[in-house]
Amino acid sequence: MELESLQIYWWLLISVLGALLVFLLFVQGGQTFLLGVSDRSEASRLMISSLGHKWELTFTTLVVFGGAFFASFPLFYSTSFGGAYWLWMLILISFVLQAVSYEFRAKSGNIFGTRTYDTFLFINGCVGCILLGVAVSMFFFGAEFSVSKGNILDAGAPVISQWAPSHGIEAIFYWKNLVLGFAVLFLARTQAALYFMNNNVGPDSFFAANKQRVLVNGVIFVVFFLLFVGLLLSATSLHTVVDGGISGGKSVFEVREFKYFFNYVEMWWCLALFLVGVVMVLYGVLRSAFAKHYTCGIWWSGIGTVLVVLTLFWVAGYNNTPYYPSLIDPASSLTIHNSSSSHFTLTAMSWVSLVIPFVLAYIAYAWYAMDRHHSHE
Amino acid sequence: MDDLMTVVDWSRWQFALTAMYHWLFVPLTLGLSVIIGIMETIYYRTRNEKWLATTKFWMTLFGINFAMGVATGIILEFEFGTNWSNYSWFVGDIFGAPLAIEGLIAFFMEATFIAIMFFGWKKVSPGFHLASTWLTALGASISALWILVANAWMQYPVGMEFDPAQMRNVMDNFWEVALSPVAIHKFFHAVFDGWVLAAVFVCGVSAWYLMKQRRREFAMDSIKVAGWVGVIGMVFTLWTGDKSAVDVARVQPMKLAAMEGLYNGSCGQEIVAFGILDPSKERTDPADPYLMKIAIPKGLSFLANHDFNSFVPGINDLIDGIVITESGDTVRTTSYAERITMGKEAHEALRAFDKALAAGDSAGMDAAKADLKKNYQYFGYGYLDSADEAVPPVGMTFYSFHIMVLAGGYLTLFLIIVLISVYRYPKLWERRWWQWLSILSIAIVWICSEAGWVTAEVGRQPWIIEGLMPTRAAISAISSASVQLTFWMFAAVFTALLVAEITIMLKQIKSGKNEDKY
Repeated sequence: MELESLQIYWWLLISVLGALLVFLLFVQGGQTFLLGVSDRSEASRLMISSLGHKWELTFTTLVVFGGAFFASFPLFYSTSFGGAYWLWMLILISFVLQAVSYEFRAKSGNIFGTRTYDTFLFINGCVGCILLGVAVSMFFFGAEFSVSKGNILDAGAPVISQWAPSHGIEAIFYWKNLVLGFAVLFLARTQAALYFMNNNVGPDSFFAANKQRVLVNGVIFVVFFLLFVGLLLSATSLHTVVDGGISGGKSVFEVREFKYFFNYVEMWWCLALFLVGVVMVLYGVLRSAFAKHYTCGIWWSGIGTVLVVLTLFWVAGYNNTPYYPSLIDPASSLTIHNSSSSHFTLTAMSWVSLVIPFVLAYIAYAWYAMDRHHSHE
Repeated sequence: MDDLMTVVDWSRWQFALTAMYHWLFVPLTLGLSVIIGIMETIYYRTRNEKWLATTKFWMTLFGINFAMGVATGIILEFEFGTNWSNYSWFVGDIFGAPLAIEGLIAFFMEATFIAIMFFGWKKVSPGFHLASTWLTALGASISALWILVANAWMQYPVGMEFDPAQMRNVMDNFWEVALSPVAIHKFFHAVFDGWVLAAVFVCGVSAWYLMKQRRREFAMDSIKVAGWVGVIGMVFTLWTGDKSAVDVARVQPMKLAAMEGLYNGSCGQEIVAFGILDPSKERTDPADPYLMKIAIPKGLSFLANHDFNSFVPGINDLIDGIVITESGDTVRTTSYAERITMGKEAHEALRAFDKALAAGDSAGMDAAKADLKKNYQYFGYGYLDSADEAVPPVGMTFYSFHIMVLAGGYLTLFLIIVLISVYRYPKLWERRWWQWLSILSIAIVWICSEAGWVTAEVGRQPWIIEGLMPTRAAISAISSASVQLTFWMFAAVFTALLVAEITIMLKQIKSGKNEDKY
């Protein structure tokens, strides 16, 4: 394949991983409910039992998302992780806390007590969702960085990418980024409740509580989501006029009003999938909240979420759009063409990517095998 | 940006902290997964409930340990971006691929099948469960393979070329990267080290039960499985260790010289089996570097080149660019002063290329590219001001290497006695001193394993990529205060979680899970 096609293909794979990650954040959403119930209650046991089988897949998807970005778009990896240091460090620490909590929380000899680990899970649920939303939001609303590859020859200050001195704190407290962050959090909480309804045959009170959670969190999610969509479609952003690519050419960008609105219009199939996704999420939420005993809302909402997030990645990176716009030096903005790996590496990694269907197949089979028996059994 | 070296030092400390904590858990995962797999296979074939209870007991400890490995592992991958962002750009085209493959192939396999391994006893068939246990073990080893491919590439960069237009290295041969002999030897050395570590752990815990006169049959059965795994693991660890030593002599001779505290090499060079370095020794000072030593004649020549009479260069020989032939003639190679000059010329050539590229001057680009290619192998030396900067910390490298070797020698003997005694002289396991020695060996095997990594990583300083990029050029543009703060955050969190893990593990062992069944 040509380099350009490989770059498009790898942005597609990144989009798929990102979309699956957002869906799988229902694990984090579920964790935020734990402090609301007694740690010895049946509800707590059912939640932990459901989430405990799945948390590693979310965790692994995050790691693979990072690894795939590193392999395919190393300039992003270098610029964002080294620049928005505090944003990524806080995300990572929250996931460190999560990684031990399921295993340690109920074990005898646990010196910190079950509630401490439930608090860790709560922190991961909130911080993980909000800050991952903030990180993705920078794809649209930009970040304060510049890139100068020539710096590598400056022995005194050799770093090629420079970031605002607050190193990611400014991104965390930028209100537009937080809008997406909170949308992700309440989506995750909504989907967690949908997942509990699907995965557990617990007492009626547990089912009813989750129904209530779907309604409350679903409404808050819709408010934040609509606000985000409004901000996105009205956003002024950069349009790539000349893409310098990876071989040292200068990229030229111009400012375009309603950039993402026009991306959706010009990529009509993207808009169609976005609308289908939104409808599916709303259908899953509304039917689960109002039908007497509907348990399949997670599938509607989950697939809808994947579709919507896919289109968000596509309008961020396709159609001559820099997916990481620089607010202080537009010429440093990253596109899928100027930040990618080489033709050879993308080709090699594309061969490796053929394993993805097999990975998805065995994950699906394993889930099926485990979930044939519900969590109360 | 703060003082460059302060940021570099704190970034190195942070990475070292994370890596050393991570390596506390990973080898136990690698080895214990195999031991559990064997135990479950015996249960599957015999349907003897005692093996099911044994499998579940060790699986509980495996799960506690695995969680900590996961927790510390995620930080390592992302630290390449957060703290070594220049590195991520300079070689991300090569280095990112193994990390992505590790995630895609190994992590998903582990994450999927470990859930079945722990929660699927009553949900899937025994055969499916057994397959899941082995797939978890396989996933752990595949994960180790790709991360060690990445690590080996840093020590022996192959399968790439420098593209001046992109100002970075790009991969041009995937198989050279993946199948580099350094990578293969490192992989097997690390994985079999995990087998040894887990085997010693199982023996030590079992010895504790014997000391307390509890679960004798369970303990002896566990020791039998662990003994075989440990001895097989040790044979391959020694074999691949020897291969790794030859690799180091060939591709990182400065590291080998530091490992031995060798300043001036010779043909038929002795190896120091035990020694104490003179801390006041300066490189150019002709005094003996050792306060005392016990050495084996011609040992280092044999270890490095499988030839008792071969020349092994010392630190001064390498810096001065001197090799002595077996006939006693002195041959000149490229001295470090020349390498620094050539490295700086490579930097100049890259600057010239960049200017020519901006000006659209094709002839200038070609000329600069030719100059760059001529000197590129010493590109990293262009960042150094003196040859002494290219010498790793000799004391730490020397002692960590010798601790590893001495502990490895002890563990070889220990495991041989374990395997023989458990079948032929089981009464040995009733002896208090042997039980205590077995428990003490748990600490020794961990020290041995960590010392190996300290040797490998400290010994390659100042390079993050051998000869091409020193750590000082690989960092992110962040303040040292930020890195110090995250260092202490990680130190506090990891230490607290380690304490939690140890107390939970001890409680599980003391409580003797499934003791009533076996």
